[in-house]
Amino acid sequence: MSAGLMGRPTANGPAIVRLARAGRRSIGEYVPALVVLVGGFLLLEYGLAAVHIESFLLPRPTAVAAAIADNWSTGRFALVPSALATLEEAVIGLVVGTIAGVTVAFASARWGTARGFLLPIAIGANAIPIIAFAPLFNNWFGLLNPLAKALMAAVLVFFPVVANVTRGLVQVEPGALELMRSYAASEWTILRKVRIPNALPYFFTAMKIATTLSLIGAIVGEYFGGSSSVLGRIIVQSASALKFDVTWAAILFGAAIGIVFYAIVALAERLVIPWAAVLRGDG
Amino acid sequence: MTDPHSAPSGAVPVVRISGVDKTFTRGDSILTKALEAIDLDVNLGEFISFIGPSGCGKSTLLRIVGDLTSPTSGTVTVNGKTAERARRDRDYGMVFQAPVLFDWRTVEDNVKLPLEILGQDAATRTKRAREMLELVELGDFLKHHPYQLSGGMQQRVAIARALAFQPSILLMDEPFGALDEMTRERMNGEVLRIWQQTGTTILFVTHSIPEAVFLSSRVVVMSARPGRIAKVIDIDLPRPRNEDSRETRRYFELVTEVREVLRAGGGSLDDAATVDAGGSLERALAEGPIG
Repeated sequence: MSAGLMGRPTANGPAIVRLARAGRRSIGEYVPALVVLVGGFLLLEYGLAAVHIESFLLPRPTAVAAAIADNWSTGRFALVPSALATLEEAVIGLVVGTIAGVTVAFASARWGTARGFLLPIAIGANAIPIIAFAPLFNNWFGLLNPLAKALMAAVLVFFPVVANVTRGLVQVEPGALELMRSYAASEWTILRKVRIPNALPYFFTAMKIATTLSLIGAIVGEYFGGSSSVLGRIIVQSASALKFDVTWAAILFGAAIGIVFYAIVALAERLVIPWAAVLRGDG
Repeated sequence: MTDPHSAPSGAVPVVRISGVDKTFTRGDSILTKALEAIDLDVNLGEFISFIGPSGCGKSTLLRIVGDLTSPTSGTVTVNGKTAERARRDRDYGMVFQAPVLFDWRTVEDNVKLPLEILGQDAATRTKRAREMLELVELGDFLKHHPYQLSGGMQQRVAIARALAFQPSILLMDEPFGALDEMTRERMNGEVLRIWQQTGTTILFVTHSIPEAVFLSSRVVVMSARPGRIAKVIDIDLPRPRNEDSRETRRYFELVTEVREVLRAGGGSLDDAATVDAGGSLERALAEGPIG
């Protein structure tokens, strides 16, 4: 049969055009979210007074902004140094929890017997409100030791990382393993060429959960005592002093850190596994 | 003109299957007798198809030849070696019903995968991958990712990958089963052209009678429960074959002959149409629980 008879498929078929379009996201798509955000601020600023909600219940955005300016880096509620201290705990927890989680995931993926008892524990532990252990961590490692908070964060991070990464390493298409078997590939080769790339999307999903959890671990750990120049202590102490504008300011700092964390992970995901975003349809 | 792909008597058997039985068991109880007393020699450069109803064990037989599963009894010799030795020597290229491409690799890098595992140097890998992709007419798609291609194109990438390390035998397990009729016929033409260009021995599992007749030098018709060889039919259609070959009288006669043997074996075409489910069941039974 003549090869040319059927004609070569062209490189710019409709499927590819569609993908190229999906790959770009216009500024216009962000407009609705921005409108809601600005509208929310305006409503808080002017709407609250109109319905007679007292400012100590829900302070005006301008009052929170003023509190941020007043407590930027000095005074009892110095926000920036406190946020940095909390950030440090969260980052240490995130790094320690992730390294430990990935290590255990590799072990449980490699050895079926390890997976037999590790994975049910990890999945079970995921369902436990681990945060309830926070006072114990303070007790074990010392109330003033930032490590107690970092380790709280690490434990929270650990379990979803174990569960997700193990799943990514193990749940490989059976056909892919048969293909590698037909190449007489070693376990090590299969790990590098199939299992690890397969696990990357799972890893990034875990990291998106983990960044949030690391902040929760650090801040809630701080609630139960310790150094006062951390976000958690500012939240507790300003609230008990009825300085709710400061409380909100501290919460906003925590929120900002959380959003930046998430954005970093999302960006890294785009850079490392661009194909996964396209497959999900949100490239 | 002599046809190098016919099966002359006294030719070297590339694959020798003798007395192969395959029984799937769970615990002590026998679930399925998938294959019974299979004897077959496949000669160098042959294109041999396996066709039969659901549960006739044709996929299982191919998997035994490829050492993806082992026979309960009997032996398979490939290039004078055991099937396992042949697999370890990378004598096989395999193409499955699903293309099994890796989305994180470009089309070119997918084809390079076996070459990387074989430890070939980068220059050779690139050269070879591009040659193979030209062969399947995907030379313009080197940097695309699999998800950007249609099903037929993906399957061509899988074929290019299987051919990349120049295996002496190509095992194809319903490679076009998931494709529409038009694409399938086009792919048949491609596979025939590739076979003629490379001289690779091909073992091909299908549930399409026209496909089997059009492609093969011999068609192995199988019957089910237990899986046995009902008849081996020589396909004496002249080569080179093209779309016109599908309209010759001899072609229709051969299609009819295959159909009649299938019917006599108790396997209807409707039965054959459910073969996908049967194949995956066989696979599930063969592999047992994942873990």
